[in-house]
Amino acid sequence: MTVSLVLEQLLNGVQLGVMLFLLAAGLTLVLGIMNMVNLAHGSLYMVGAYLAIAATQWSGSYALGVLGGLAGTLLVGMLMEVVALRTLYDRDHLDQVLATFGLILFFNEATAMIWGRTALFSSLPSWLQGSVQLLPGWHYPVYRAAVIAVGLAVGVLLWYVVTRTRLGMLIRAGASNRTMVSALGVNIRLLYTVVFGFGAALAGLAGLMAGPIYTVQPGMGELILIQVFVVIVIGGIGSIRGAFVGALIVGTVDTLGRAFLKPLLALFLSRPAAETAGPALASMLVYLLMAVVLALRPAGLFSARNA
Amino acid sequence: MVSRRALAFWGIVFVVLLALPQAAIALNQAFYVDLVRRAMILAIAAASLNLILGYGGLVSFGHAAYLGLGGYAVGILAFHGITLGWVQWPVAIAASALVAAAIGAISIRTSGVYFIMITLAFTQMLYYLAVSLDMYGGDDGLRLRTPSGFSGLVDLGNGLAFYYLVLGVLLLSLFTIHRIVHSRFGLVLRAAKSNDARTRAIGFSPYPYRLAAFVIAGAICGLAGALYANHTRYISPDFMSWVQSGDLMFMVILGGMGSTAGPLLGAFALILIEEVLKGWTDHWQVILGPLLVVSVIFFKRGLAGLLDKPDA
Repeated sequence: MTVSLVLEQLLNGVQLGVMLFLLAAGLTLVLGIMNMVNLAHGSLYMVGAYLAIAATQWSGSYALGVLGGLAGTLLVGMLMEVVALRTLYDRDHLDQVLATFGLILFFNEATAMIWGRTALFSSLPSWLQGSVQLLPGWHYPVYRAAVIAVGLAVGVLLWYVVTRTRLGMLIRAGASNRTMVSALGVNIRLLYTVVFGFGAALAGLAGLMAGPIYTVQPGMGELILIQVFVVIVIGGIGSIRGAFVGALIVGTVDTLGRAFLKPLLALFLSRPAAETAGPALASMLVYLLMAVVLALRPAGLFSARNA
Repeated sequence: MVSRRALAFWGIVFVVLLALPQAAIALNQAFYVDLVRRAMILAIAAASLNLILGYGGLVSFGHAAYLGLGGYAVGILAFHGITLGWVQWPVAIAASALVAAAIGAISIRTSGVYFIMITLAFTQMLYYLAVSLDMYGGDDGLRLRTPSGFSGLVDLGNGLAFYYLVLGVLLLSLFTIHRIVHSRFGLVLRAAKSNDARTRAIGFSPYPYRLAAFVIAGAICGLAGALYANHTRYISPDFMSWVQSGDLMFMVILGGMGSTAGPLLGAFALILIEEVLKGWTDHWQVILGPLLVVSVIFFKRGLAGLLDKPDA
C-alpha cells in the first residue's frame, strides 16, 4: 500500500463526494423548503446522463451534449414539479414517498423503452482523456480531476447564491419558516418551481458527469439516491453546508472502505475471512457511519431546523 | 361491535379463499393457486407493516428487510442441511425480531423524513450485505432445494397443503394484529400516532410502545419471509430491495391504512393489477407508475374505505 495509491483513492473518494453533493444539494433544498420527499430525484440524475449521451450523439459535440443534458433535465424537473409534485406539497411524507415511488417506476421503464436495458457508455472528447500530473511523478485521470473541479466550483457558486443573493435569502428564509415568507408577499409557488428546477439541473449535472465513470442504465438513479439519503441524514436536512460535509465524508469513507478494508482486515484475520468480511463490511460502512451519527446527533451534523 | 357489513366481508373472503384452489383445479387453472398463495404471503407482510405504519404512524420504507431476513434464515439453514421447519421458522422469526429491535432502537429516536430515509438506508445495508455473501449465492441468490419439513404434519412440497397453511397463517396473523391493535398496548400506540404530546402528557412514553410494535411487525414479516422462500424456492437479495419495500407500502395504502382488511385488499389488488398489466405489455411499469401516482393523489382512503358506510 503505497502513499500514491492512498492519495489516488482519497481523490476518488472526493470525486464521489462532489457527485453526491450535487445530488444532495438539490434534494436537501427541496426537503428543507417545501418539506417534500422526492424519491424521483434519482430519476433526474438518470435523465441527465441519458439526455447528455443522446445530445452528444445527435450533435457530435461534447459541449452541446452537456448543455443539452442540463437544459433537458431542468425542463423535465420543472415539468415533474408542475404536473405531479405540486399537488403533493400539502400532503404528508407518506403520500409523497409513494407518489414519487410511482414516478421512479415510470421513469425507469420509459428509459428502458427508449434506450433499452443494456448499459450505455458515453464517450469523452480527447482533451478530457488521459491523465494529468498533479505531483511530480504522480498522475491522475484528467476526467476525474475535472469532475472534482466542477463539483467544487458549483459548491462555491451555491454558497454564493445562498448566502449573498436575494434569491438565496428567500431560500434560507423559506427553509426556516415558509409560512412567514409567503406572508411577507413572496410568490412562494414560483420560488418552489425555480428551486426545484435548480435542484433538477444539479442532479442532471451529476448524472451527465457520472456517465463516463459509472454505467448508464435504467435504475442507476436509485443506487446513488440511497447514498444521497445517507448524506442528508448525516449532514442535516435543509443545510447546504451539511450536504457538502456529509457528501465528502460519505464519498471518501465509501471509496476508502472498498479499496482498503480487505487488505486491512487481512492483517488481523485469516485471508479467507478477510476475503468475505472485507467487501461485506465495506458495503455497510456508510450505513454504520450514519447509525453512529444518528445515535449522537439525531438531527444530523448541521440541521437547518433546530441547530 | 363488528358491523354486519364487515362480518359479511370476512365471511366472503374466507369462503372464497377456502374454495379457490378446488375451483381453480376444476377449471384447469392451477396457476391461480400459485398467484393467490403469493398474494396471501405478501398480505401477511403488508399486514405487519400496517401495524406500525397504519396504527403506529411509523413510515417504514424498509419493511422488505424482514421478508429477506426470514427468507435467508430458511435458505441458509437449509444450505447447511437443517431442513426442519420447526427450527427454520422460529429462527426466521427470531432473527427478524432481533434485527428489527436494533434498527428500531436507532430509527425510532428520529421522526418524519429522517425515519423514512433511515429505515430505507438500513434495509439497503442488509441488501448489500446479502449481495456480498458469496457463500450464499451473492447477487444470484440461493436455491431452496428442499422445502421446510414439518415431520410429516404438513408437506410444503404439496401445493394445496402449502396453500392452506398460508391461508391459516394469514388469518392468524390478521387476527393477532387485530387483537394487538385493540388491546391497551394498541391504544397507546394509536394515541401516540394521533398526538404524541398528549400521549406524553397523560404519562406514556411512546418510544417503548413504538419499538415493541416495530419488533412485532418485524417478527411477523420474518414469518412471511419464511413462507415466501418456500413459495419461490429461491432466495435472492431482491427479497429486500427497496422496490419490494415500496410495494409493501403501496399494498397498505392502496388497501387502506389502519384497517384489518386493508393490507389483504391492497396485496390482492396490487398483484392483480400487476398481472393484468404484464399480460398487456412487457413495459407494464410505465403504466403502473402513473397509476400509483394517481391513486395516491385521488384515492385517499383506500379500498377498505369502501367497506365502511361513508356517514358512519
